[in-house]
Amino acid sequence: MADMKSVETILEGHPDAGRDHLIPILQEVQAAEGYLSKAAITRVGLALDLPASKIFGVATFYNMFRFQPRGTYHVMVCRGTACHVKGSKRVLDMVEKVLKIAPGETSRDGLFSLEVVACMGACGLAPVVNVNGQFHAKVTPMKLQRILEECRSEEFSHV
Amino acid sequence: MLALEANGQKIEARKGDTILQALQRGGIHVPTICHMEGLLPSGTCRMCVVEVEGAPGLVPACSFPAADGMRIHTSTPTVLKTRKAIVELLLSNHPDDCLYCARNGKCDLSDLAREHGVRNRVFRGLRKRKEKDISSPSIVRDPEKCILCGKCVRVCEEVQGVSAIDFINRGSKAFVGTAFDEGMNVSCCINCGQCILVCPTAALTERSYVDEVMRVLADPGKTVVVQHAPAVSVSIAEEFGFKPGTDIDGQMVAALRRVGFHRVFDTSFTADLTIMEEGSELIQRITQGGPLPMFTSCSPGWIKFVEQFYPELLPNVSTCKSPQQMMGAVIKSFFARRENLDPKDIVSVSIMPCTAKKFECARPEMGRDYVPDVDYVLTTRELAELFRIKGVDPGTLAPEGADTPFGERSSAGKLFGASGGVMEAAVRSAFFLLTGDEMKEYRIQDLRGMKGSKELRVKVGDLEVGAAVVSSLGQARKLMDEIKAGRSDLHFVEVMTCPGGCINGGGQPLKADLDSVKARMAALYAIDKTDTLRVSHRNSQVQRLYKEFLGKPLGHLSHQLLHTTYQKREVLR
Ligand code: SF4
Ligand code: SF4
Ligand code: SF4
Ligand code: FES
Ligand code: FES
Repeated sequence: MADMKSVETILEGHPDAGRDHLIPILQEVQAAEGYLSKAAITRVGLALDLPASKIFGVATFYNMFRFQPRGTYHVMVCRGTACHVKGSKRVLDMVEKVLKIAPGETSRDGLFSLEVVACMGACGLAPVVNVNGQFHAKVTPMKLQRILEECRSEEFSHV
Repeated sequence: MLALEANGQKIEARKGDTILQALQRGGIHVPTICHMEGLLPSGTCRMCVVEVEGAPGLVPACSFPAADGMRIHTSTPTVLKTRKAIVELLLSNHPDDCLYCARNGKCDLSDLAREHGVRNRVFRGLRKRKEKDISSPSIVRDPEKCILCGKCVRVCEEVQGVSAIDFINRGSKAFVGTAFDEGMNVSCCINCGQCILVCPTAALTERSYVDEVMRVLADPGKTVVVQHAPAVSVSIAEEFGFKPGTDIDGQMVAALRRVGFHRVFDTSFTADLTIMEEGSELIQRITQGGPLPMFTSCSPGWIKFVEQFYPELLPNVSTCKSPQQMMGAVIKSFFARRENLDPKDIVSVSIMPCTAKKFECARPEMGRDYVPDVDYVLTTRELAELFRIKGVDPGTLAPEGADTPFGERSSAGKLFGASGGVMEAAVRSAFFLLTGDEMKEYRIQDLRGMKGSKELRVKVGDLEVGAAVVSSLGQARKLMDEIKAGRSDLHFVEVMTCPGGCINGGGQPLKADLDSVKARMAALYAIDKTDTLRVSHRNSQVQRLYKEFLGKPLGHLSHQLLHTTYQKREVLR
């Protein structure tokens, strides 16, 4: 498996790793692969002598980990204080409804994935949404729907 | 000794006691949820709060150390109000399902609600919605009824060393589930059911086959045959109001006939048969240099455990099927032929103290020509339910005996129900097979009791045999790791999945404390003490089965019917 290579390399970077290395290792795996796959979690469990249920439990405790590969378009909705005040909840609800996915999930066609973050450091532009690294300012539910539509048509113009 | 005062009454405590232990010694009841006998306190539910004079707030009795001169109050208005509020909070997102619930009448949560006078819904939480997991042949999980006490997670990890389940997510989204929130059937769960025994609600129950069994009992075209395991007759009485440790073997057999089973066989018969086969296998391994130590194979949770976690030691596991599966195999071969029945028209049901037996009977290698040896497994609890549905109270019946050709048993076979019993039976017969003499004293005290790990060195002829007995897979794990690290003084190891053996199986009556389990064990020892047939090799019906059908132990037919194979098992672990 091509995936496993980077997990192996990451584990090599933590010789004699104990349980306290779990979170840093998982973070590195997610950085390398974009998410925590079953194969990766099982492999890390073997290395740290931790059951998969335990790792999954710990990983789901934190919001930062995802368990599905990222979509072609990775949508990050800010739920920080400034964005909250400016109505980011409605924006998030809209994304969930339109894409039929919850934060941490990826749509079935693999096109979109959703992540909720706390403050992206652009409070002046609140509410903020970031798609594949690109910031969108003062996003309303209507505006967001347009952004998502654009992504979709861009994708189809490729084929 | 520490001197304390509780509710104005003097009580004594030992050094190191928690307040809860001190109160229990003094005969004072305090309700608990997350507390588990024998494990470290987790202190999460707060149900056990009491007032301690001088302490700033209420303290949890289960995790607070008792101290000399402490003055404790267990039922002040504040204490009672707090406990009631805790129950009300637990109920805030709980389904109001009691009437339709598997635990109706046997639920710790509903008991607590009643005991604390909860009469209406005070807090209205959003109801948790999550589908039942019915993927496992043994265990059903209903997360909506889970109150997140964590006991199942702890028993699975700390007692069984399996860790199939854990807390997932956090806060209001938290639930208990398997790795990747998959079905139990693809997890590393070994189906032991110990989590069911500790669960205070119906969030964990056995997969029931009562309906299926009732259907075949009503089918005139079927011959429905039942076998009952050694540990059932000494525990099922609890379901009918007898005190723990009452043996109602004969009355249970009578009740089995009343509900419509055509033949009643005793699994202890095939326990005796197991001793003949497994004993011969052990002697063969010792004399011909097979993999040692040999592990027993009668506990199906243990078998799945080895297949998942120690596949390299699979050659050390005896190839003998478990007594349940041996019985199933001779029912659908020898018995079928003797009665002129097509095996397809026989339904073979077994009554087991165990949820893992449900998984075992469905293993594809446990049958021939797509006919399984055992069709349905009911736990002790399910049999009690079947009796109740059919209006049969075993307590009111006159005792009856089991049927031929598999009705005779030795008390050695009966001992299979307690940890150490297989070993004790095996030593008795091995001694005879190797020396030609009977042991002077059959009872082997070192192998008895609830201890998780017991060892024995016995001289059999000129051979000194090293024997170990472990119960609970946490204990098994320790021993396996020693063996993997090179320990080589053992010949024979008995492993039981459940702590104490089948008398404490995951299918046994709920709400049994350690004393009840010990009473069940003592009942088996009492049977053995007075029995006239105490060794497996003198079971005349077993001898007859060899003479008329099987030939000899480890013979060709034995291999076909009574032995099996194992395989490495890939699971999410
Ligand atoms: S688990 Fe207990 S409280 Fe919950 S519905 Fe069942 S009987 Fe009622
Ligand atoms: S049945 Fe046994 S192995 Fe499976 S989850 Fe329950 S305690 Fe763990
Ligand atoms: S399933 Fe039962 S034992 Fe496990 S946490 Fe929920 S209520 Fe407690
Ligand atoms: S709160 Fe959204 S960018 Fe700071
Ligand atoms: S029983 Fe003491 S905190 Fe749960």
